Amino acid sequence: MLEFMEGSHAVAEIVKRCRPQVIAAYPITPQTHIVEDLAQMVANCELDAEYITVESEFSALSACLGASAAGSRVYSATTSQGLALMFEVCFNAAGMRQPIVMTIANRSLGAPLSIWNDQQDSISLRDSGWLQFYAEDNQEAADLHMIAYKVCEDHDILLPAFVCFDGFILSHTYEPVALPTQEEVDAYLPAFNPYQRLDAEAPLSFGMYATPEYYTEFRYEIDQAQYRAKEAFVKAGREFGEQFGRDYSALVEGYRLDDADTALVAMGSICGTAKDAVDEMRDAGKKVGLLNIRMFRPFPAPEIADALKGVSTVAVLDKNISLGSGGAVGTEVKAALSGSNQAVYDYIIALGGRDVRKRDIAAVVDLAEKGKGDMFYGLRTEVL
Amino acid sequence: MTAAELIAFAAFEGGVYSQAFPAFGVERRGAPVQAFVRFSDEKIRLRSQVYEPDYIIVQDPTLIGDVDVFKGMTAGGIAIVNTEKPDFDARVPEGVKVYAVDATTIALEELGVPITNTTLMGAFAAATGEIKLEALEHALRSRFSGSMADKNVRAAERAYNLVGGAL
Repeated sequence: MLEFMEGSHAVAEIVKRCRPQVIAAYPITPQTHIVEDLAQMVANCELDAEYITVESEFSALSACLGASAAGSRVYSATTSQGLALMFEVCFNAAGMRQPIVMTIANRSLGAPLSIWNDQQDSISLRDSGWLQFYAEDNQEAADLHMIAYKVCEDHDILLPAFVCFDGFILSHTYEPVALPTQEEVDAYLPAFNPYQRLDAEAPLSFGMYATPEYYTEFRYEIDQAQYRAKEAFVKAGREFGEQFGRDYSALVEGYRLDDADTALVAMGSICGTAKDAVDEMRDAGKKVGLLNIRMFRPFPAPEIADALKGVSTVAVLDKNISLGSGGAVGTEVKAALSGSNQAVYDYIIALGGRDVRKRDIAAVVDLAEKGKGDMFYGLRTEVL
Repeated sequence: MTAAELIAFAAFEGGVYSQAFPAFGVERRGAPVQAFVRFSDEKIRLRSQVYEPDYIIVQDPTLIGDVDVFKGMTAGGIAIVNTEKPDFDARVPEGVKVYAVDATTIALEELGVPITNTTLMGAFAAATGEIKLEALEHALRSRFSGSMADKNVRAAERAYNLVGGAL
C-alpha cells in the first residue's frame, strides 16, 4: 500500500524494520531527518536498538565498526563533510570485513561550502571497499537498504555498503512509498548471523597489521568479495522481486534502449528526469534511451557494455568531478567500452544542487550527437 | 513547505500521485521560501523545480514587487494570494485568474496565530478543484490532532467557502 511521506522518513522506517541493534550517527544536513526519526523510534521503544550519540562522524563510524565486530547489526547515515571525516574508518570497516550499512544523503563537498546535492561524497570513497548502490526514487532508497543488509551479511561477501540517495532531491521530497510490514521484512531479511565476533572467551584481533608478505592478499580478497557481490545482489534483488513485486536483479537498468542510437548513462534521481526527457525525445522521433547504473561498486563493466552494445553514441551524466581527470562514472564507462567503436562523452552536471530540467538532458543529447563532450555542462561563463 | 506537503498529501489521498519538495536548503519559517507540488495520474519521475506553474499560492504579499511571483504562468493559470488588499499592484499575466484571500485574518481568528498554510489550502482546493473538501479534511486530521485539527479544518473550510462563493 502506498503511503505519502518524506524520503528520509521512508528510509528511517525501513531501517527500523531491518532491526539494527546499534545505531551511531552524527547529524548533518541533509541526512538529519533520518537520524532524528531513528533516535525518536529508539526513545519511544519502537525500535530495540542502542543509539549511541557521538561527537563526530569519525566516532559514529568507529562505534559502528566496534559494534559490528562484536556481532551486532549496525546502521549509520551521513553525507558530504561527515563522510569525509569517516574516510579512515571507511577503509578500516571494509578491511575488517564488517557488514555495516550506511545511508548517504548525497551532498557536495566544500570548499566552497555547499549543502546542496551532487554525488561527490560517496564517489570519492569509491576505492574504500564499500559497496555502493544508488536510488532513483524514494521507493528504491527504502528497498535498497533491505537488499544491502542481505548482500553485506552474506558470508561470501562480508563488506560494508553505502545506500546512496540524492540529498534534498530525494531526502526532503514527499512522495508515495510502499513500506513492507515488519513481518514481511523479517521474512526477507533473517537475523544477523555474524561470521565471527569479538568474544572474551575466544579472543580475536581485527585490523591487525599485515606485513608485505600478506597485505596484497588481504587487498585481493576484498577485491574478490566485491566482484562476488554482483552475483549476491542479483540473487537478493530477484528474491526481493519475488516477495515484494519490485525486481532489483539488474545491476544496470535500461530504459528505451532497444533500437536507441544514443544512450544517456546516469545514477540516482537524475534518471527520473532523464526518463521523462527520453520520452519527449522519442515522441519527437529521436532514438534515445537511458542506462541507470544502480550499482557503482562493484562496477558492473560487462553489464554496461552489454546493455549499450547497440548504441553508437553514449552521453554520461556525472554529478561529480575527479578534478584534473573527468567525471568518475564517465571514466569508468569509457574503460568498460574500450575497444568498441562507440563515441563516449562525459558531462559534468548538477554540481552543488544546480537544477536539471528535461531541456538540459535534451541539450546534452544534442551535444553528444554533434560530437561535443567531455565538458562541464551549462557553465556560466559570465561569472568566470 | 508545510502547505506544499499538505496539498500534495490531500491530492494523494484523493487518488492521484503527487510530489512535494522545497526549494532546498533555505526552508525556515518566516524566510522567503519556495516549495513545489506536482500531481499526476501516473507515477512522477520528474525532479526539476516547477518553472511553468498551473497554479501558484502566494503566502506573503509583501514579496510581490520584489519577486515576480507570477513568472512562468500562462493563460488558464490560477493564483491564490494571501492579502488584505485585493487591489495589490502586480503584473498578472493575461488569462491568469487571481483569488485574493485574507488568509492571515482567518488564521488569526481560527488558530490564534498568523500561520496561513491550512487556510490557503482551503482556498486552493476551492479555486482549482484539484482537491475535494473531504480529502483536505482527512489530510488535516492526519496531520493535526484534537482541537488543533478542528481549528485547522475550520480555517480551511472558511477559505474554501469564501473562494467557492466567489466562483
